[in-house]
Amino acid sequence: MKKLNRVLSLLLMVSLVFIAACGNNGNKDGGSTSSGGAGSIYFLNFKPEIATIYEQIAKDYEAETGVKVKVVTAAAGGYETKLKSEMAKSEAPTIFQINGPIGYNAWKDYTLDLKDTKLYSYLSDPSLAVTEGEGVFGIPYVVEGYGIIYNNAIMEKYFALPNKATGVSSMEEVNNFDTLKAVTEDMQANAEALGIKGVFASTSLGAGEQWRWQTHLANIPLFYEFNDMEGYDSTVLAGLEADEIQFTYGNNFKNIFDLYINNSTVKPTLLGSKSVADSMAEFALGQAAMVQNGNWAWNQIADVGGNVVKEEDIKFLPIYTGVSGEETQGLAIGTENYLAINSKVSAEKQQASIAFLEWLFSSEKGKAYVTNELGFIAPFNTFTDNEKPADPLAAQVMEWMNKDTTAVAWTFAAFPSEDFKNDFGDALLEYAQGSKTWDDVKAVVIESWKNEKAK
Amino acid sequence: MQKMIKKYFALFALPTLIAFSLAFVVPFVLGIYLSFTEFTTVTDARWVGLDNYVKAFKDPDFLNSLWFTAKFTIVSVVSINVFAFLLALFLTKKVLGTNVFRTIFFMPNLIGGIVLGYIWQLIINGVLYQFDVTLTSDPKYGFWGLVVLMNWQLIGYMMIIYIAGIQNVPKEQLEAAKIDGASNGTILRKIILPLVMPSITICLFLSISNSFKLFDQNLALTAGAPSKQTAMLALDIFNTFYGKAGFEGVGQAKAVMFFIMVALIVVVQLGITRRKEIES
Repeated sequence: MKKLNRVLSLLLMVSLVFIAACGNNGNKDGGSTSSGGAGSIYFLNFKPEIATIYEQIAKDYEAETGVKVKVVTAAAGGYETKLKSEMAKSEAPTIFQINGPIGYNAWKDYTLDLKDTKLYSYLSDPSLAVTEGEGVFGIPYVVEGYGIIYNNAIMEKYFALPNKATGVSSMEEVNNFDTLKAVTEDMQANAEALGIKGVFASTSLGAGEQWRWQTHLANIPLFYEFNDMEGYDSTVLAGLEADEIQFTYGNNFKNIFDLYINNSTVKPTLLGSKSVADSMAEFALGQAAMVQNGNWAWNQIADVGGNVVKEEDIKFLPIYTGVSGEETQGLAIGTENYLAINSKVSAEKQQASIAFLEWLFSSEKGKAYVTNELGFIAPFNTFTDNEKPADPLAAQVMEWMNKDTTAVAWTFAAFPSEDFKNDFGDALLEYAQGSKTWDDVKAVVIESWKNEKAK
Repeated sequence: MQKMIKKYFALFALPTLIAFSLAFVVPFVLGIYLSFTEFTTVTDARWVGLDNYVKAFKDPDFLNSLWFTAKFTIVSVVSINVFAFLLALFLTKKVLGTNVFRTIFFMPNLIGGIVLGYIWQLIINGVLYQFDVTLTSDPKYGFWGLVVLMNWQLIGYMMIIYIAGIQNVPKEQLEAAKIDGASNGTILRKIILPLVMPSITICLFLSISNSFKLFDQNLALTAGAPSKQTAMLALDIFNTFYGKAGFEGVGQAKAVMFFIMVALIVVVQLGITRRKEIES
């Protein structure tokens, strides 16, 4: 009897384990049959503002080819977090995104060499890709531009004011910081007559909402600083080599930042509670005349309920900071969005993922999505001139690219880490609230760059 | 029957044991192992020995957040338990509507931490706006904001535990004391307090460990602003793990130390309060 019991319990145990194992297998099989065989694709999307469009694309692609595409979107500012936890799963993302050379460094064990793919050959400028040695590990898929977005209707209203204090009468004349400052301050003084709460939409400094300043605005002074260094092909390369920075153009940063926070819809001390969505809404509702952002923000402006800004009134202005010769400065144009293929998933999945991307950027249907729905200015030679996005901000970016100005390169690809940006942003918040002086901010920036580089 | 249970003990414990080891033992051991390695995702780790621990101690953010957490824990543990006990005393008297009050005080505990954090952020910012400041203007706003939030959330829960304790105090002893002419204060100190000592043990344990481990409320209310000055330990660990490439192992090392600290503190606390417990 005793023996029988032992045998019985052993049997039970074995069967339990067996059932558990079967359950696992069953799940796996079930999972992959529903996802179209071994070649299923998992795309971890970086841009929450266009998440729904990607899902539509996935559906269409499955209908056309039978290959299932799973699209997961990370929350704003949470991409690295999401990527880290997703990568550890057995069903890891097959397509993910790196933000340039720094991102490549963090993920180099996971990026597949794309040198021999058609996707790479589509690039109109192969030097845009993230490379190391002979290998190509990140393919940019969108070129973007940012600057100061302004509402021309309000500007016209200002130019028509009888009591304006400046002699400026069109935006053409605003081509340096001094003019911008004069116009801004005069507009702020006449805010009531113009029907606005402030010239600039609120400078969002809430946690996770600081990227417009600690990344994009910070790009301008550091672009000039690295541009001054000799012997480098680009400012990004100069930045990657720099173990320390001087923040030479720090005062130029202060110029424009002061202008933003002092001529705004809210008091500087309240900025810690503002988000990007808040400031885009202020702009869309006509409460502010200007806001610093990029062409990706079009959806955010267009989708605000009660939006009063007309499409033809939305224009771009370069970010002038008082650097000499800035009259010929253009918008900041570049990319931080590079697609990478996971090198640790099966070869079939890798091929399927590459095929999906090639479909998206070269087939008629895919290109239509990219141009019309996603609104990307795609850096691929598969796109003809009339296949460019039609939204006003993207159109403006292309207009500026063709103007006789020098675009500011996206040098922040060389920023040492997320922590550097966050330290910068935190210091800006304290500066806006008055608990830090500008010299403190400068010290933080220089110190943080050094520390993060040393790590 | 007894014999049968003994015989099948292992078998019946098996499902729980499997669940326990899958959900706790394995991640725990894996976590400790990872704290000695460098890794990007948890599946590819490279042994680096004590490196991560050295880095963790060199990180000023870690020590700052430790200090902030300690201050927060002391203040909130004291205030939570005092308020909860007073409420419990009051709501065990024969007052009209005690049940309604008990329910109302308990309700905040049913709301999730993130939601609570955002609600209180709105409330506090709404008030501070009148004075042209926000929660992030000064770390002390964040500190007291967290204390208020924590009190609001935990007082009701602790109150229920205290009420149960107070109701267990034998009526005869209270009556006897009253007949002997003991004042209310004496009854409270000499009879009620010693007899609710088990409740105090539990409440202290819960409030200390909850305050020390606070994460979602912290994340939602201030996210560490300004300049990480209101980041508590758990948030700092999270930021280290996800915020810096190559620092995942350091985050893990901090987490292991965090566990040891919390465990030590509560073990000491349990030891001390247990000794004071008496049989009624």
